[in-house]
Amino acid sequence: MSTRDITYSEAIREALRQEMQRDPRVFLIGEDIGVYGGGFGVTLGLIDEFGPERVIDTPISELGIAGAITGAALTGMRPVGEIMFMDFVTLASEALVNQAAKIRFMFGGEATVPFVLRTPMGSGTGAAAQHSQSLENWFVHIPGIKVIAPTTPYDAKGLLIAAIRDDNPVLFIESKLLYKTKGPVPEEPYTLPIGSAEVKRQGKDLSIIAVGVMVKRSLEAAEKLAQEGIQAEVIDPRTLKPLDKETIIQSVIKTGKALIVHEAAKTGGYGGELAAVIAESQAFDYLEAPIVRLAGRDMPIPYNRTLEYHTVPQVENIVEAARKLARLEV
Amino acid sequence: MANYKKFFVLDVYRRIYLVREFELRAIEERRRGLIPGFIHSCVGEEATAVGACLALHQDDVITSTHRGHGHLLAKGGDPKYMMAELAARSSGYCKGRGGSLHIADFDLGILGANGIVGGGIPAAVGAALAFSLRKEKRVALSFFGDGATNQGSFHEAANMAGLWKLPVIFFCENNLYGEGTPQSKQAPLCDLAKRAESFCFPGVIVDGNDPLAVYEATREAVERARAGEGPTFIEGKTYRFRGHYEGDPQVYRIPGELEEWQARDPIPTFRQRLIEQWSIAEDEIKQVEDSVQQQLNEAVAYASSAPIPQEEEALEGVYADIHGGKVF
Ligand SMILES: Cc1ncc(C[n+]2csc(CCOP(=O)(O)OP(=O)(O)O)c2C)c(N)n1
Ligand SMILES: [Mg+2]
Repeated sequence: MSTRDITYSEAIREALRQEMQRDPRVFLIGEDIGVYGGGFGVTLGLIDEFGPERVIDTPISELGIAGAITGAALTGMRPVGEIMFMDFVTLASEALVNQAAKIRFMFGGEATVPFVLRTPMGSGTGAAAQHSQSLENWFVHIPGIKVIAPTTPYDAKGLLIAAIRDDNPVLFIESKLLYKTKGPVPEEPYTLPIGSAEVKRQGKDLSIIAVGVMVKRSLEAAEKLAQEGIQAEVIDPRTLKPLDKETIIQSVIKTGKALIVHEAAKTGGYGGELAAVIAESQAFDYLEAPIVRLAGRDMPIPYNRTLEYHTVPQVENIVEAARKLARLEV
Repeated sequence: MANYKKFFVLDVYRRIYLVREFELRAIEERRRGLIPGFIHSCVGEEATAVGACLALHQDDVITSTHRGHGHLLAKGGDPKYMMAELAARSSGYCKGRGGSLHIADFDLGILGANGIVGGGIPAAVGAALAFSLRKEKRVALSFFGDGATNQGSFHEAANMAGLWKLPVIFFCENNLYGEGTPQSKQAPLCDLAKRAESFCFPGVIVDGNDPLAVYEATREAVERARAGEGPTFIEGKTYRFRGHYEGDPQVYRIPGELEEWQARDPIPTFRQRLIEQWSIAEDEIKQVEDSVQQQLNEAVAYASSAPIPQEEEALEGVYADIHGGKVF
């Protein structure tokens, strides 16, 4: 397999292109995904290759998009929808939550709803309260939807192809701040298992479990901690639902300490679920300190860049929290 | 066209000129680094904002959009506090927390710009419902784009307003694009005013580049609303001269279209009318322009020296306390 360095955004585009080439049932649908290339340029050029029938620009109608991919999936297609900013998934949520998520079970297994809905989350762009949210936990809470949030180009490509081939509705959450990050990606199509976490860095002193862009920040923090002699293990769940609990539990058994990091507001966030998974497992007996959650403040994202910066965890906050935990100062 | 007095038309010109120059100044200040965030400018669309707000009273309310600077200025927003908000400062309209997408001044009846396409429309209907419940003669006007008429929020809100004959005006600024997609590729009709028919209230089309035509259409709608006759949909046909946002490469624009519309630029067109129709002297116009430039110099100076929010301030005000918020 020939592998080269490409960006997270290029890896997603490549997954879309290869799946569209392989399977005529796959099509893209979303706002300004054609000539404009989508809000973040991810689909740029695909309309030239596949034409407007397979790269469909929609009106500004998020509920329409989510409803349309539901209906098309029910009747034999494998659509990939795009919602320009994760904040707008709130408008699409009826189709996702009440329809797509329920259909298979509610109709006694009559039907499957094989779609992917891609959307970017996160702050850090100065775009204020309605263009910066991380709402992953809203959907983790809904039985019937899978939720994926990859953080490297390699994971993004493999998990997106897996998501398109999966027979369930999948919310595929991209991290805005990662679009330009580069990493090695094989040219050929490949899949990664949905429901498999990855230890992104080995360490013996504490386990950091992070979501989205916080994986990158945690890895940077781990480098700094290493200079102080603290070896942090960094785990990326990659798929939030289903969650690979075993990888997390084994890591915490090894280190005895768990630091959970995400950008979404702390109260009701995914960190609560991760903490409970650890506390309910045999890792509980190995904990040497309380589980620590470092998350976004319970407030909307402000426009001012300094305020925005202090609203969500940064590398220095992770270093500090990890250092305290490693020294059992919590 | 009615026989407008000279001072009135000169004031109309001052307003559209202020909107244009505010936008150009904001774009410039963004380039120079004073403004850190995104700007969706309304250059080319000044006449809809100004004409519509001229027909409103101070205690009438508006809801605005992501392209809202013109609406705010037209409803009486102070360029100083607007510029400070764009510069993310503590003394900006929203303490630097909102930015361009989220400016509001409730004292002036500006219920807020909006980052969600169609997000303000149901709230305008809600305001009109409140006025109607309290038997007040106030009206609500919602500005939105052509693209927003494809949202469920518009259709649900318009249906309620038609059903309950609420004092609300749906003001659609049809600038022929929603982001990079032409209006004709987003809806099966070009005259969006026709949408009103299904909600059983009038839909009118006006030249959105003519502030007086917009004013007259809106005045009529306001009269209807105050008289308890219900909503009106006004479609102002206009065009956005700059990118969807500052920095937009605009690959989607149809060649020649921009030039065609620039020939009907609302600012020089109306300026020429002042001279030809109302025999206003060049000098007098120049004076108005100079005073606007002066006002904008002050706004930029104010924003540049305005205090920067501190980290502790960030946590304030997520919830109202007992005495928090304005009684409106
Ligand atoms: C619910 C929602 N969907 C998508 C967007 C992204 N977006 C911002 S402005 C815009 C185009 C809006 O078009 P229109 O309503 O015609 O207003 P215009 O920009 O032309 O003034 C889009 C798609 C958004 N902000 N909110
Ligand atoms: Mg438009």
